[in-house]
Amino acid sequence: MVPADLPQYTSEPGVHPPLLSPDYRSTVLRAPRRSPLILPQGLTEVTGPLLGEGRVQPSDADLTRQSDGEPIGQRILVLGQVRDSDGRAVPHTLVEIWQANAAGRYAHENDLWDAPLDPHFTGVGRVLTDADGRYRFTTVRPGAYPWGNHHNAWRPAHIHFSLFGRAFTQRLVTQMYFPDDPLMGHDPIARSVPAASRGRMVNAFSMADTQPAFALAYDWDIVLRGRGATPFEAPSPADATAEDA
Amino acid sequence: MTTPSQTVGPFLSIALRWPDGADVVPDGTPGAVWLRGRVIDGEDEPVLDALVETWQADADGRFDHPDDPRGRVASAVPGFRGFGRSETRSGEWAIRTVKPGRVPDDRGGLQAPHLDVSVFARGLLDRVVTRIYFADDAEANSADVVLASLPDDAARATLLARPSDDGYRLDLVLQGPDETTFFTV
Repeated sequence: MVPADLPQYTSEPGVHPPLLSPDYRSTVLRAPRRSPLILPQGLTEVTGPLLGEGRVQPSDADLTRQSDGEPIGQRILVLGQVRDSDGRAVPHTLVEIWQANAAGRYAHENDLWDAPLDPHFTGVGRVLTDADGRYRFTTVRPGAYPWGNHHNAWRPAHIHFSLFGRAFTQRLVTQMYFPDDPLMGHDPIARSVPAASRGRMVNAFSMADTQPAFALAYDWDIVLRGRGATPFEAPSPADATAEDA
Repeated sequence: MTTPSQTVGPFLSIALRWPDGADVVPDGTPGAVWLRGRVIDGEDEPVLDALVETWQADADGRFDHPDDPRGRVASAVPGFRGFGRSETRSGEWAIRTVKPGRVPDDRGGLQAPHLDVSVFARGLLDRVVTRIYFADDAEANSADVVLASLPDDAARATLLARPSDDGYRLDLVLQGPDETTFFTV
């Protein structure tokens, strides 16, 4: 029998977007219409894939050095910490990102916008967070791009992030936006998130992390669901790491 | 202060396509089966830009994970990853795996063999979560606490993969009369 003290991941209400958000038209035929049922968090839910070093090359963290030339665009650093909603760092977890190039075009066969492709930019990166849950990418600032959702629809500049955490319950795919982007207020995907939590998707320019004569820096921390019911809280990231070892 | 979810959008495959995504177990693993199906939208059309991910116990019902209170155990199946990931651009998703063993529930019993499943796609602002069980495990299924919690046999039937020529098949129906039973977790 499984002890009753399995970690239980708590869900913060009112944070995630409703699946049916008709202003984002693709939700209309894809969002399930029946209410989801509750799946109790058992062994399958509180465990998850712990994907290791073999999946990540050092060059995967620098999207400006993946070919024999540098991509066009404003070179930037995107960095931050992955932690859970109890404040615990999430160490050694896989972070995958993808983005458009500086002109706003993805290196994807189905992206048919006629903005130029950049032969030196895949737009794909991956890292494992370090022992303190920190991650860091070097890339170029993505451009905005038009899409067919409604008349004169443009996506604000964004980078897609995919995170695993340490449990099936913690899996998160989201998008990171940039401060003061005038398109964000017109974007039905960003606006699908309740207004009170929308700002959590926006990074912060950091002069402190900006590298002299190299790149502007944007800080963005990512918060996964926490284990609110765990009786023994790890007081510091270092302890959380020891617990995970 | 959880970070909100957003859709994967239409271009997820540039990053989330893994050459070995389907390999929950390596090629050549004895007893391996293919688990396949389509993802279907509200007009009964296959969704070709979805991503299906699976997570499961090994054939002995164990997890190589520190939060399993029975202790983490490396699988007896060499190369067992537990995790599968497949796009649907060919019209269906597919993973190669071994049938999971039974995992304890919280009432002193055993759950029926199952996989936890996440579906991501353009038009899904958050993943949707379901479970896959096996139609030929009738006895174990009848004792499963999650299946027992569902309202009726029709809801249970949407989770049962049927035997096929190379393993099992189950369509994941996002919307419509045969809509898959989805869960919050």
